Formats: sequence, C-alpha cells, structure tokens
Amino acid sequence: MEDRQDGYYRHLTRNMVLIVIVVSLTPLILTAAVLLSQFHQSYHSKVLAHLGELVEKHSRHIDTFLTDRLSEIRVLARTPRLQELADQDFLRQKLALFREEYGGVVVDLGLIDSEGIQRSYAGPFNLKGADYAQAKWFKEASKGEHYISDVFTGLRGSPHFIVAVRQEMEGRSWILRATIDFEAFNALVEGLTIGRTGFAFILNRKGEFQTKPRYEVLPDREPYLKLLKNRPASRRRTIVEGKTSAGKESIIVTFPLKNGEWLLCCQQDMTDAMAEFGRAWRLALAIVLVGAAAILAVAFLLTRRMVNRISEADLQKELMGDKVIEAGRLASIGELAAGIAHEINNPVAIMVEEAGWVEDLLEEEEPATAENLAEFRRAVAQIRAQGARCKEITHKLLSFARRTDPEIHEVDLNAVVEEVSGLLKQKSRYANVELLTELGPDLKPVAASPSELQQVLLNLVNNAVDAIDSSGGTVTMKTRAQGGWAVIEVSDTGSGIPQANLARIFDPFFTTKPVGQGTGLGLSICYGIIHKLGGKISVKSEVGRGTTFIIQVPVAASGPGQKKAG
Amino acid sequence: MTGIKVLLVDDERPFVETMTKRLEKRGLTVVPTFSGQEALEALARTEEGPGLSAVILDVKMPGMDGLEVLSLIKRDYPLVEVIMLTGHATVESAIEGMKRGAFDYLMKPCDMEVLMAKVQEADRKKRAQEERIIRARAEMIALRRGD
Repeated sequence: MEDRQDGYYRHLTRNMVLIVIVVSLTPLILTAAVLLSQFHQSYHSKVLAHLGELVEKHSRHIDTFLTDRLSEIRVLARTPRLQELADQDFLRQKLALFREEYGGVVVDLGLIDSEGIQRSYAGPFNLKGADYAQAKWFKEASKGEHYISDVFTGLRGSPHFIVAVRQEMEGRSWILRATIDFEAFNALVEGLTIGRTGFAFILNRKGEFQTKPRYEVLPDREPYLKLLKNRPASRRRTIVEGKTSAGKESIIVTFPLKNGEWLLCCQQDMTDAMAEFGRAWRLALAIVLVGAAAILAVAFLLTRRMVNRISEADLQKELMGDKVIEAGRLASIGELAAGIAHEINNPVAIMVEEAGWVEDLLEEEEPATAENLAEFRRAVAQIRAQGARCKEITHKLLSFARRTDPEIHEVDLNAVVEEVSGLLKQKSRYANVELLTELGPDLKPVAASPSELQQVLLNLVNNAVDAIDSSGGTVTMKTRAQGGWAVIEVSDTGSGIPQANLARIFDPFFTTKPVGQGTGLGLSICYGIIHKLGGKISVKSEVGRGTTFIIQVPVAASGPGQKKAG
Repeated sequence: MTGIKVLLVDDERPFVETMTKRLEKRGLTVVPTFSGQEALEALARTEEGPGLSAVILDVKMPGMDGLEVLSLIKRDYPLVEVIMLTGHATVESAIEGMKRGAFDYLMKPCDMEVLMAKVQEADRKKRAQEERIIRARAEMIALRRGD
C-alpha cells in the first residue's frame, strides 16, 4: 500500500516535472535557436560582403599604385632625347624626385638597350653595364610596350620587382625600368588587416608570394593554388570558405590584380570574422543555460512542494475517511444496541410480571400444604430481582445509544468530579494509577450540561491514565473557586507532552496513539464543549514530569426560579 | 379499593393477560386491550367508558403509538387519567407525555405496589373532579331555579 502510494507520488512528480520542463524549455530553446540561426546567416553574408568589399577596394588601390608607377616611368621614357636618359645625372635627378615624391618606393632607375645591357643607372647599387639579356623580365618587357615583373631577387640579392617601359628611340628599342622596393610595396598589402586574424598577401599565377604574408601560409597554399588553377583570369572576386591545413575554419577572398596575373588574397579565421556573432551566441547560450537552470530548479522544487501538499491532503482525507467510517460504525452499533435493549425489555417485563403472578398465587397457598413455600418465594423473588437487573442494563444501553440531554442546568462541579472519579476508579486501579480528588469548598455551581462536563472529565482522566506507564503514578482532579470562575485541574505524573505537540493537541484528529487506538477527537471535543460554556481550557506540561489540564468555567449567575438539577 | 375499573393497553398479549390477573387479584376491574384502536373502541362502549378510572397505556406499540392514543383519550375523555408505561424513559418522551396530560410515567417492568398506588391516586383524582362537577351542576340548577 505504502509502496504503491510512493510510486504514485513519484510518478506524479516525474510527470509534472517533465511537463513543466518541456513546456518551458522548448520555446526558450526554439526561440534562441531560430534567432541565432537567422542572425548567423545574415551576419555571415554581411561579413563575407564586407570582406569582399574590402579586398576589392584594396585591389583597386594596388592596381592604381602599379599603374601610377608605370605611367610615371612611361612619362619619363617619353623624354625626347636619348642622351638625357643615358645621362646618369639626369636619371639620378629624376630618381631623387621620385623618391622625394613617393617616399622611397622607387629604388633605382635604369636604361637598358635592346641587347640587355644597362646603359645608364641611378640607384644605390652599382649596376651600370649589368647584362639582363637572360633575365625573364627583360624578355617579357622586350615583347610589349610595358611590363611589371613578379617579385624576384635578381642581381642585387634582395626581393624587388620591376616596372619597365619599352620605347623606340633613334631607331632602336630601349627599355627604361624602375625597381620598386619590395618593403614599400609590401606595406601597401600588409596594411590590410582585418580583425585579429585577417591578413592579406599577393600571389602570382604560379602561386609564388609577391608580398610577405603576415603569417606563415606556406603550408596552406593549397586552396589558393586550386583557385588559381580553376579561375586563372577571373576578373571577379572569389570568396571561399574552407578548412586550412591547421584545421581552422577560414574565409578566403581573392581578387585579381595586374590583369589577372596576380591575385590579392585575404584570409581570415571564421571565428574571428564571426566574433560578433560568437559573442551573441555565448550570451544567448548563457541566458538559455541560466534560464534552463532556473526552470529546472523551479520545476523540481515547486513540484516537490505541490506533491507533498497533495500527499498530505490525501493522508488527511484518508484519515478523515477512517474517522467517518468509525463514527458511522459507532452510530450503527448504538442503534443496534438500542434496538436489542428495547426488544429484550418487553420479554423481561413479561417474565417479571409472571413471577409476580406466581408470587401472588403463592400468597393463597396453605403454608402447611406447601412445604417448599419458602423456597418458591425465594426463587420468585430472585427472578424478580434479576429482572430488575436486566432492566437496569437495558436502560443503560438505551441511554448510551441515545444522545443524552444537552440541557444546561446549574451543576455542582464537585459532584461531577466525584461521579467521574467513581466511574474510573476501577480502570485506573488496573493501570496501577491512583486517582485522587481534592475538592475545593464553597464552589459555586456552574451553568452546564452535566453529561457534557462528565464527558470532558472522562476524556481528560482517561488520557491522564494512558499517559502513565506501568510503573504507576497518580492522577489528581482538583477543584477551586477563582473569582467568577470555577476551576478544575486534572494533573498526572505521566510522560508529559513534548513542546512541539503542545500547540496541536486540541486539533481534531491529532493523536500520538497508534493508528486505530485513538481517534484524536477527545481533546478537541473537550475544547469545543468548554468553549461553548464560555470557559477556557489550557495545558501545562513538562516531559517526564507530567501534564496538567486547567479548565475554567464561569460560575452560574444564580437567581430565583432556577432549579437545581443533575 | 374495589370498584376501581382500569383499561389496560399493550401489544404484548402475555403481559396484558398476566397483568390483568394480578390487578384483578388486587380487586380491580380490568378491561384488557391489545392496541390503541381497541382501547379507544372500549372507551366508546357505553357500558365500560364512563366507569373507567384510569388507562394503563404502553408507549411503544405498533400502529397507533401510546402518545397518539393519549392525545385522543385526553381530547374525548378528559376526566380519565392515563398512566404511561414505557420500555425506556428518556426525559424528552416523559416531558412530551406529561405535556399531553398523562397522569404519570412508569418504567417497565414496574413494581406492582407502585402501580397500584398510582392507580388509586388516579382514581381519587378522578372521583374528586367528578364530585366537583356534580357540585357545580347542582349549584347551576339551584341558581337557575332562582332561589
């Protein structure tokens, strides 16, 4: 029974907790997930667009830089007279001008004839007369009007690239070239940093670095090479997302430079690019987690409290049901007793009458003829006496079954105490309890129902006797007058009532006796009766020393015309 | 003692029979009846009704119960005294009986001496009342004569 009940409450708790959790958490999580995914999508595309925009702008910037340098060289190459270009001083002058104007971007200037021999030179190295006939850039430059080379080390031993212009002068083709400082050019690209991890660099068609990447991307060139291979001459920006070999999710944006010969590449870690989103995500996660924790706590605590309440209520209901059944049982026993008593009374009356008739007839017998006359008389008298006894028993049964008169009379408390003492003397003796009375003199009568007062005292004395263990003790009923009150004290030397229970002893159905032995109604009935009389009932108790119940009842306002009864 | 006539009403036949014998032995004239209806019929008969001093009436009877019979007797024959017999005495039913005009209230089984005393008392009361009535009538006749 108990286990089944526990199971039921566990089941109830689990269901309630689950329902509360599911109903509260589902919308929370769904909302967070939907909003986050929408935000992720829009933010992602925004990030990509922004990156693309940035790279495109830079590409244009770099392109502009290159064409600017080229056009400067071209302007220079248009110098009408070859002598001037061949004049090293003139070149030096121009170089100084360039350097002054553009901050050391142009390292040197040189004039090379169609054989590849540098005829004149201005710059920090001594390269006059250097032979470039085999240099790749020279070959390329000889083919067209102008040429911008890839970055290479060349004769001087440091990375640089060349802007060259071919010019027909005096029947021969000459090449005017300018060397662009790698570091200076590099600064253009290096300046392009995005977030914490975004960086840019330039690759040529073969995948060689044209600028120095801020991070080591050498092992990571794979995606770029693939890009180069697939779309060699694309004029549009390309955005690729993928894992680098380091395992990091990255965004790669490329844009062609120099008519597709070079590729401006920009790479940024996805997490960095989406840092804003990451913060939002962490915040949302934190809110969801905290919310979920709160929901869980509330679900568990609230449910446990509710289920406890329910189980308490169920228990109360069950107990109440028991009491109702008990009360009903008592009532039907009472009815039965009354019925039996009444039915038995009639035959007993007849028997007594018959005995009386026999007695009457015996009067007429001659004493001499009836030698057993005395015996007859004794026997008949005995029948009548026993009949009277039966009558007494049935009348008691009937008065037990029927509610006795609740009429208020003036009652002498001392008489009631004596009566109760007489009734319980025998029972208390069996319990090894001495029942004492201390009756106060000049106790004024109180207005009460004698049977109800009797019930109160019976309850209190019965409880007192029950509180005393088998080693014995005493129960004392004391009466005294106190102002306008008549006071009865019922004290015992029993086990006492713990402090925790004192406040509850007058509650209906509160009992410390084992189930089935106490109804928990006795003291609450006492309380009800005394309060109805306008009196008070209180209790003092000390565990191990005993308990005293104090009843105060107002004395009757006695006047003429009130008759004493009871 | 003699000349007192009582009506005994109880649904328990053996009780009525024995009681009748015992009361008759004590010099009473007893009319035994076994229900309220019978009792009222007996009272209505001319030869028995007027001469009755008292009715000994059981409270608990099937059909018409004692209190009802009491009310009817008191209504139609106010001079006849009624002694109630009951299996159990509650204050309420006793008070109710007294209110309806019962002479007294006794518990079954009752002591024969007590019952006899009550019957004699009732008889005396009835006779006294009858005498008063006769006297009153005589006075009325005298007054009417205009003496």
